[in-house]
Amino acid sequence: MTITEKILAAHCGKKEVAPGELINAKLDLVLANDITAPIAIKEFRAAGATKVFDPERIALIPDHFAPNKDIASAEQCNMLRTFSREHDLSLYFEVGRMGVEHALLPEQGLVVPGDVVIGADSHTCTYGGLGAFSTGVGSTDVAAAMITGEAWFKVPETMKFVYKGKLAKWVGGKDIILRTIGDIGVDGALYRAMEFTGEAIKKLSMAGRLTICNMAIEAGGKNGIIEPDEITEKYVAKRARRKFKFYKSDKKASYVEVREYDLSGMEPQVACPHLPENVKPVSAVSAVNIDQSVVGSCTNGRIEDIREAAKVIKGHKVHPYVRMIVIPATQAVYKQSIKEGLVDIFIDAGAAFSTPTCGPCLGGHMGILAAGEKAITTTNRNFVGRMGSPKSEVYLANPAVAAASAVLGRIGTPEELK
Amino acid sequence: MKFKGKAWKFGADVDTDAIIPARYLNTSDPKELAKHCMEDSTNPDFMRKMQAGDIIVADKNFGCGSSREHAPISIKAAGVSCVVAKSFARIFYRNSFNMGLPIFESREAVEGIKEGDQIEVDADNGKIRNLTSGKEYQVAPVPAFMQELIAAGGLMAYTKKKARLA
Repeated sequence: MTITEKILAAHCGKKEVAPGELINAKLDLVLANDITAPIAIKEFRAAGATKVFDPERIALIPDHFAPNKDIASAEQCNMLRTFSREHDLSLYFEVGRMGVEHALLPEQGLVVPGDVVIGADSHTCTYGGLGAFSTGVGSTDVAAAMITGEAWFKVPETMKFVYKGKLAKWVGGKDIILRTIGDIGVDGALYRAMEFTGEAIKKLSMAGRLTICNMAIEAGGKNGIIEPDEITEKYVAKRARRKFKFYKSDKKASYVEVREYDLSGMEPQVACPHLPENVKPVSAVSAVNIDQSVVGSCTNGRIEDIREAAKVIKGHKVHPYVRMIVIPATQAVYKQSIKEGLVDIFIDAGAAFSTPTCGPCLGGHMGILAAGEKAITTTNRNFVGRMGSPKSEVYLANPAVAAASAVLGRIGTPEELK
Repeated sequence: MKFKGKAWKFGADVDTDAIIPARYLNTSDPKELAKHCMEDSTNPDFMRKMQAGDIIVADKNFGCGSSREHAPISIKAAGVSCVVAKSFARIFYRNSFNMGLPIFESREAVEGIKEGDQIEVDADNGKIRNLTSGKEYQVAPVPAFMQELIAAGGLMAYTKKKARLA
């Protein structure tokens, strides 16, 4: 069995499961945010439910349009607050304590290796970076799961991705996943598990691994997953709030497809408008002028990402025609950024540094684009209108490229800064 | 069950931001969401032109991107009777069954239907008829478990029964 199959089998009380099999799995955590929880809460109440399956295992995180961007958003966030108090949920995170959900939960040790997690947010697949099975679902699935603590799944076929070679400077997890999506397309892994392996993954930090699994959904994947190892152990040992278990794929596990990549000499990658599969090496898009640069989100808002952007921008000024917006994904990342002097670096360079929020990533607030404007961003989607006007354009890149581009006023790399 | 209406064609990889842009997600009211259905798609005037009962016919990977159930909700509340596509993105597929938007997979139907054709979808017999051209197409079968969910009245009805809330 693959790691995905083993985790699913363990959560439905079976010794073995096979792709295509329908199972009912026990959930370790159920998640929703201020956009998706209101519908789940309405459904929960409409079903006549009065009790959640476990008040310690439901995370409600107002992060998308929070701090409340308008009255309607305030009403939505209030629904989460009220429901959490009513059911005594221990994992409700208020503004000031909250962070972008998929950065916050691993950081706080609330998702651990071996878990099965569903979340009413497509980027719930992020936790595969820890060696957990996690997948995005809709609000109705979350409503049902809040009652039963279970969800039905069709066991997915697994695609194996093997990465070889040494990564060049300023190349990381974001570039690996962009390269992969560019290769297989936005439905290249539809309904499938994506298992990321190989020497390049073995050497990657947890931050890079979480970034890769975060964007599995951008290839249509059900989940992304990486076998846990010493790096995982080191990351979870000091955080885990529950017991965790490392699962590994059998040597004889069967895969629907195996794809190999040699990453030696690969340039940073950029996904051009308007699909994450429109991927080009950064040197091919250096003529594109930009109006905004965003560093943050569940994809690249961890401390490693903020550090990388700060390292690039230190001693430079943001281009006069560019707005640079840096959004640490959690309060802990924010605090660490202050401690390491990173906030000073950004402010001295002329960038904005914000409280955690999903904000501009989905065109919510905190950096919306006007018609005709272009942004380079470390976020995960570049669909039409994703960051604002349907006539704006979004380019996806890693934090170093986003920071260098902010200085250059066009898409470029740290090497181009004088 | 049969659905009859005019076909509105869309291309491949129609994402959930095109179906219902995030700027309208500060509400979950179906009527409000319906006003902006397909607003950022290749047919931004869709809501002004379509009539209740009309059918969306799209290429592959319809509904890719976000898990927002607001996407199928806005389509249903707009009065679209059903969606036919070559394939659906995974979460959109699951959501549609859960909240009751009828969706059908058929590669040949999508290739054979032109914008404006009158279409009839016969869900019980798995057939799509193009009343304009007179051609008939097969629908990909719905997985057995999905049929069970539909027969039970959707996921919440199924869950109520299971949790003995009914």
